[in-house]
Amino acid sequence: MHTTNESNQTPQVGAGQTSLLERLCNASAVSGDEHEVRQIVIQELQPYAQAIKIDSLGNVLVTREGRGTNRLRVMVAAHMDEAGFILTNDEDDGIYRFEVVGGMDVRFLLGKLVWVGRSHTPGVIGAKPVHLLTSEEKKKTITLDSLRIDLGPGNGNQSKIGERAVFATPFIHLGNSLRARALDNRLGVATLIELVKHPPDNIDLLAAFTVQEEVGTRGASIAGYSLNPDLAFVLDCTSAYDLPAWDDSENSQYNTQLGAGPAIHIAHKPSLSDPRLVRHLEQTAKVENIPYQIRQPGSVSTDTGTIHKQRSGIPSVTVSVPGRYLHSPASLCRLSDWQFTLALIHAALARLTPQVLATER
Amino acid sequence: MNDLIPHLKALISVPGLSGYEAPVRTLIEEAWRPLTDEISTSRLGSLHALRRGTGPDPRPSLLLAAHMDAIGLIVTGLSGEFLHITEVGGVDARVLPGQLVTIHGRQELSGVIVQPPSHLLPPNNRQGPVLLENLLIDTGLDAEELARLVRPGDLVSFAQSPIELYGDMLVGHTLDDRAGVAALTYCLSALQGRQLDWDIWFVATSQEEENFAGAITSGYQLRPSLAIAIDVTFASAPGSPAHETFPMGKGPTLGWGPNIHPSLYLAFKNLAERLEISYKTQVIPRHSGTDAYALQIAAEGVPTMVIGIPLRYMHTPVEMISSKDVVRTGRLLAEFAASLELDFLETWSWDE
Repeated sequence: MHTTNESNQTPQVGAGQTSLLERLCNASAVSGDEHEVRQIVIQELQPYAQAIKIDSLGNVLVTREGRGTNRLRVMVAAHMDEAGFILTNDEDDGIYRFEVVGGMDVRFLLGKLVWVGRSHTPGVIGAKPVHLLTSEEKKKTITLDSLRIDLGPGNGNQSKIGERAVFATPFIHLGNSLRARALDNRLGVATLIELVKHPPDNIDLLAAFTVQEEVGTRGASIAGYSLNPDLAFVLDCTSAYDLPAWDDSENSQYNTQLGAGPAIHIAHKPSLSDPRLVRHLEQTAKVENIPYQIRQPGSVSTDTGTIHKQRSGIPSVTVSVPGRYLHSPASLCRLSDWQFTLALIHAALARLTPQVLATER
Repeated sequence: MNDLIPHLKALISVPGLSGYEAPVRTLIEEAWRPLTDEISTSRLGSLHALRRGTGPDPRPSLLLAAHMDAIGLIVTGLSGEFLHITEVGGVDARVLPGQLVTIHGRQELSGVIVQPPSHLLPPNNRQGPVLLENLLIDTGLDAEELARLVRPGDLVSFAQSPIELYGDMLVGHTLDDRAGVAALTYCLSALQGRQLDWDIWFVATSQEEENFAGAITSGYQLRPSLAIAIDVTFASAPGSPAHETFPMGKGPTLGWGPNIHPSLYLAFKNLAERLEISYKTQVIPRHSGTDAYALQIAAEGVPTMVIGIPLRYMHTPVEMISSKDVVRTGRLLAEFAASLELDFLETWSWDE
């Protein structure tokens, strides 16, 4: 599919965009080592930007200036990093002790293939055979310190401590769904790449592809400070817990639901979204006839958590693509939710005027 | 045989859950047909392939058994977009969350096994590993499409692709016991052009992981003079107790215990030492958990032996073996088959 780079045309999710998302998801970018995703971002945006800045933590900052006067300076951020593993001790003969980087339920780790380092060297996280388990062991959650990454005997010390590892799950289309590792937050990265390629010209778009979100929203902190925007949108991927309850009772704690459109965050623990921006997003969705949902308020961390507290304060809001099984070997989202997220954020930026911030909170 | 690894990768890339071995049986039959004199499928689905000996009728016969069936899952019901499952063979539910699977419905579907968040689980399963009965499969399809394509009783296979690691290591699901099947293929190749006194039956057994029904019935039907079960055994690995495991890449294990005829153990031990094939003795105090358990009491009884190929992380989708151990096992079996003389059994004695 041919992608045009004309401004103001609403970008679409087509074959080119999903193939870019596939490359982004298959890249490895554990917090602190975002190199592989950063390279793809730079490669994609080189033809569109006068200057691409990489700051002291590794954030990629790209500015696309609009036309006319009274332009708002609008930061849009998406984190490039993902939760994963880091090799901590070489126990010889291809066996490595490792630690988790970012939030990860240790129950996902047993019996999985992983890619180690930038070479994506295959290894496994094994499990004691079920035949040898005691009945006590079967009932207990495994502890991280009893697990190892096994690259096979005689791997020739090709891997080193300090290297990162991720689940080796390939990207796949499943009907109207996409399944991959790290949809959180390559969906946001892919969406932001489209915005930079098709920026609305009523604003200055300050795109920040951030690092270290999963270990304390570190990158967003300095990106928010240095870009010094008038307001900020954060593009992320948030959990959908829309599974059936064991007794078929109503699941009232679903957080978000797949297929219900982009999720607007109103309140999550580290930040309260700016109500003017929430209203602006909802009005845009109604005018443009885009489905959306409100993420159930509750604790979750996104880059707005630090951005909104930079300098003398930056009005901020997060919009997420809902995804199931985030921070696991294989997460799942609906293609339509991604398409509507891209449409909503693009339209919301195109409709932004200084008036939006001039009204009462 | 130079193409052992491609052969073994092909063997673990086709389904064949216990009782439903047809896909893998077809593949094994294709590989074995040119190497054997006759080949057929038993009533319960085991594959019987014969290398005919040249001794006078009636000849003694040796049965080499490796089970071809795989552990996996089976659909028990549907809940909207999700499938409920239970196990076929001994599955460790702890390794399932996040595992990719193939659902063999009206068409093959890819799915992922998921653990619902704790608030959606029954109160007795909100901590610790999520029990198999509470795990679900998500295919990404909507409820209507799913109901059209999947029904209870559909089989579910692990989808982990085979991966070669550095050196001669292979990772994948169902290396238990397709590695044993590959050792039999190697043995058949090594016996090409060699004259045999005995009949040698190469048997890929069915249903080992559930109830040994393949070995029980093949043992009865074929009435071998001797039988050897070739299966995987526990390799030393992180998390596995050292005293119950054997080094990977250091040769097969020779079983010793009630499922094993002591004279047969001695014959293999002496042969391995003469050929300088490294091995370890595995003491198996009770049930060997292999086809030998069934073969030993087939009809009037059969002297049996257990040979193990060390394998890490048994019954997970990331089982690991050394292909060198498969080759060593195949070679040991071929040399044993070729060494059998017509009076071999008469040389045995219980008074040692």
